[in-house]
Amino acid sequence: MNWVVNNFDLIWQLTLIQVTLAIPPIILGFIISLPLGWVANRFKLTRGVLLTVSGLLYTIPSLPLFIALPAIIGTGILDPINVVVGLTIYAVALMVRQTADALASVDPGTRQAATAMGFSGWSRFWRVEFPLSGPVLLAGIRVVSVSTVSLVSIGSVIGVTSLGYLFLNGLQRDIPGEVISGIVATLVIAIVFDLVLVFIGRLLMPWTRADRARVSKRRVREAQAEAVLS
Amino acid sequence: MIEFTAVTKQFSDGTVAVDEFSLVIPARQTTVLVGSSGSGKTTLLRMINRMVEKTSGEIEIDGESIYKLNPVKLRRSIGYVMQNSGLLPHRKVVDNVATVPLLNGVKRADARQAALALLDTVGLDRALADRYPSQLSGGQQQRVGVARGLAADPNILLMDEPFGAVDPIVRAELQQELVRIQRDLGKTIVFVTHDIDEAFLLGDQVVLLEKGGRIAQAGTPAEILSKPANDFVATFIGADRGRRALKVEVVNGRNVVVDADGRPTGVLQS
Repeated sequence: MNWVVNNFDLIWQLTLIQVTLAIPPIILGFIISLPLGWVANRFKLTRGVLLTVSGLLYTIPSLPLFIALPAIIGTGILDPINVVVGLTIYAVALMVRQTADALASVDPGTRQAATAMGFSGWSRFWRVEFPLSGPVLLAGIRVVSVSTVSLVSIGSVIGVTSLGYLFLNGLQRDIPGEVISGIVATLVIAIVFDLVLVFIGRLLMPWTRADRARVSKRRVREAQAEAVLS
Repeated sequence: MIEFTAVTKQFSDGTVAVDEFSLVIPARQTTVLVGSSGSGKTTLLRMINRMVEKTSGEIEIDGESIYKLNPVKLRRSIGYVMQNSGLLPHRKVVDNVATVPLLNGVKRADARQAALALLDTVGLDRALADRYPSQLSGGQQQRVGVARGLAADPNILLMDEPFGAVDPIVRAELQQELVRIQRDLGKTIVFVTHDIDEAFLLGDQVVLLEKGGRIAQAGTPAEILSKPANDFVATFIGADRGRRALKVEVVNGRNVVVDADGRPTGVLQS
């Protein structure tokens, strides 16, 4: 505990760096996956190809990727952009399939109704299909968020400082408090990110709560009915 | 007036849903397309707002070819009510009703005001306006669907088995409501159903369809009942069964009407 108290500034600084490195890949992954997922969902042929390729991306081991990226995109070896780009690739790998599934989850009847009302293709996507695929998209982003927050740490191995530094340094100098503080701080970030995502989801998708309220009300009624019967 | 001339629809898998179909649908009346599944009735309905494109032939509304119009604009000018309401689950009832006026650029406040008035028209409590569709019963959702179809005050209202998925009591209620609304508004309604009773109840003109959109008979309910064109029609409307085959028996000096099973259904008034 002493170590934590004495080095709180360091932990806080590294936490901020971890957060700064984690946010862009989550957002970029989401944005890049949207058109890819749309294309994958729209055409039978592209579905197989895109989902296989994006799935394969995730099998690239992270450490070699971080080392190889500077050579591929021409950045410096210690440039944090390497981590951002690498993690965006993983985010896309996870999100493309999820986006395709999310768009496929929209009820075809609703889609037809929107067409019949006179939505053009573009406005139908943004005002009907995109919001309605929200719950499944959100589930995907939450997975990406957790995975990204923890993967940022690996950047420390190639010299891009983050909470991973506490883990490496703590192991080398045999300071358990330092190792644990790195793990705990990462966990806290992951949980805070998740809570923020859930909160944003509630704010943007109020109708999903209405559904849930209806279901839970029904459950209460059923429970009451059973209680009366027994 | 909607006029089909030799309209054919062949889907990409080769099935011919509609073959050389011609029909005049008069304005300000209800025309019911009735037939079993595979008769092409829904395909015909969806060709009117170009959700299904023709393979050949011509469809005109008031003498103007619908193929000269932008499909999106065309759809905004035609009301559409479908089975399972087709409401947008992420929009409140009032916004669902206001969908088409909003697409047409009507101001939000005005569109919402008009939507509330439409809830009255279809017999819904305004208190439901701020609910989401999932919070409504099936019958209520269907009423919202009808209100939405009427929102842009279209001349034409297309109804695709709108009451097919609700229970019989609610269905009867909704049918009566539609009869009342139509008496007040006088729209050109094209209504699709497989229920011949519903067709006779709602239709000024009833069009009985066989496979491939072939017209077995078209006419008023009375014409079809009094003179079924062929055995198919007679069987479909159940001309020889139950309460379609009524007889008069004299009981206590009065004319009592009995059905095919001999059960009395009423007394003829002189």
